[in-house]
Amino acid sequence: MSGLALQNVVKEFGSFRAVNNVELTVPHGTFVCMLGPSGCGKTTLLRMIAGLDLPTGGAIRLDGEDITHVPTHKRNLGMVFQSLALFPHLTVGENIAYPLRIRKAPKEDQKRRVEELLSMIHLSGYADRPVSKLSGGQRQRVAIARALAISPKLFLLDEPLSALDAKLREAMQVELRQLQQRLGITTIVVTHDQREAMTMADTVVVMNGGEIRQAASPIEIYRRPADSFVADFIGQTNLIEAEADTQGHVSVLGQSVPGLALPSGEAKATLSIRPEDVHLTAPGAGAISGTVTFVRDLGGTIETFVDVAGRQIVAVSTPRERPDVTVGQQVGVALTPDVCVVLRK
Amino acid sequence: MRREPPQTVGDYTPLLFPAAMLTIFFVVPFGTMIAVSFFQRQQGGFYTPAFVFDNYARFLTAFFGGVLGFSLMMAIAVAICCVVLALPFTYMLTRMARSVQVVWLVALLSVLSLSEVIIGFAWSTLFSRTAGITNILVALGLMGEAKALTPSFAAVLTGMVYQAFPYTVLVLFPALVRLDPTLTEAARTLGASPLKAFFTVVVPALRNTIVATLIMVFIFALGSYLLPQLLGRPQHWTLSVLITDQAIYQSNMPFAAAMAVFLVLVTLGLVALTVIAGRKGEAA
Repeated sequence: MSGLALQNVVKEFGSFRAVNNVELTVPHGTFVCMLGPSGCGKTTLLRMIAGLDLPTGGAIRLDGEDITHVPTHKRNLGMVFQSLALFPHLTVGENIAYPLRIRKAPKEDQKRRVEELLSMIHLSGYADRPVSKLSGGQRQRVAIARALAISPKLFLLDEPLSALDAKLREAMQVELRQLQQRLGITTIVVTHDQREAMTMADTVVVMNGGEIRQAASPIEIYRRPADSFVADFIGQTNLIEAEADTQGHVSVLGQSVPGLALPSGEAKATLSIRPEDVHLTAPGAGAISGTVTFVRDLGGTIETFVDVAGRQIVAVSTPRERPDVTVGQQVGVALTPDVCVVLRK
Repeated sequence: MRREPPQTVGDYTPLLFPAAMLTIFFVVPFGTMIAVSFFQRQQGGFYTPAFVFDNYARFLTAFFGGVLGFSLMMAIAVAICCVVLALPFTYMLTRMARSVQVVWLVALLSVLSLSEVIIGFAWSTLFSRTAGITNILVALGLMGEAKALTPSFAAVLTGMVYQAFPYTVLVLFPALVRLDPTLTEAARTLGASPLKAFFTVVVPALRNTIVATLIMVFIFALGSYLLPQLLGRPQHWTLSVLITDQAIYQSNMPFAAAMAVFLVLVTLGLVALTVIAGRKGEAA
């Protein structure tokens, strides 16, 4: 099949298992973001796909062909490094032409392709500048153009936007996504920024401890997290323990919640409720009751902190639906089945 | 922090000590040498103050010209051999584990602690017929019978490269350590084999360091006068050997001084040329 496939990929450094039995298929033309805290193995996984590190076990296939042991320079890929790794002794044009020069492309072809790429990254006329004279965002775009010079089968980026300031980063995320869609190139980005992943990806792969915790579309990752790690890592959430008695009646924090059900046979589970899904009502009547401890009004959003039996639940609302509560007031927190995601333990 | 240029005479006081040392131990002796190079030699004795060009005129013969040419060629050969050997070596070294690096650097530093005399005699033993490395080749069946490899040009070159190699590594080491390792990785992802990445990225990125190292080893090798005598034939003697010979054994100070001044001028000229060529290359 066309695309990239990771089969049971394992990487060990000494006795430390950095990547543990990773299974992943990336169909041709999709944009994948590998997301996780630092040390979760995402960069190691990317380096193995690039051939810069050899897997301890498993196989990597590209368009059905086993490339596990193909050396990096024969994989025909493009990669953007966190440090960008632009060659300081070459000009912008020479940097972009480097992969073409290495492949001994005719001089005229090199020149034409460099012009093409420079106009694609909106830097026409910069070919003869030294890379040291560029701004951060321009260097970023040159690194991207250089990686795309040979129209690679696979476009890999390792924390590509982390060196940019917040505003430029957001703009580059959009630009990168639009570029990828225009070129239809299979792209894998490693990031620890979940906003970045949500903005760009077709598929978000959440990793922790060397394992894939969930691989799905951004909205599914957000709405239907597979476990409490994913729920907590992607955006803000309230994680609350729920218990079921033998009849299947569910209680949360010691208060029974009718209408809620746990997977059959489970006595305990964790509920994930996004703050924007928490509705504050009058106490009683199908809601668990608590006390308002703090109201943070940020102008655009209002966060209400409610203490229920020692646990803090955060509710976020817009100014339009501002809850009429004050600190110390008794309120009810409505837990309807449609907003509670039941997570496996 | 912005440093202001010195305002008063008092601001220059920190410079006094080094300036004095430089004057007493470098400028004065060098001036004396230049003066002596114009003096008249007294046959069988010392010299009398004069202003003659005889010493320089004598130098402009085919013989001394040949020796000068050989000395420069030898120093250039040593510099190139050292950098060609040391650059890949140091590159590999910087990519090894810290503990391995320490062992290698200590070994190289211990070579530096050896005197030129010891290095010379050690190599002349290693290159000898009776106890040299050819005996090992004979024992391995690679060679018919042991033979002496010294005196020869190759022996002189080997000895001098051996002596200058640690300096070369130590000068290259900091620049290679600072070189971003992702540069070569990037080159590999862009289609360059590791060897090609080394020549298209590491070497050009370090061009200035390499030129500086070449100049350093060149000047270092130009001053060598013991190894050519220990490991070479008279035709492998460098100008430094002849200068020593004239100054100490022939008691011809003015001629020795003239040769020394000439050697300094030629060296400065070559270094200047290299620097100018480097600038041009940069601008292009």
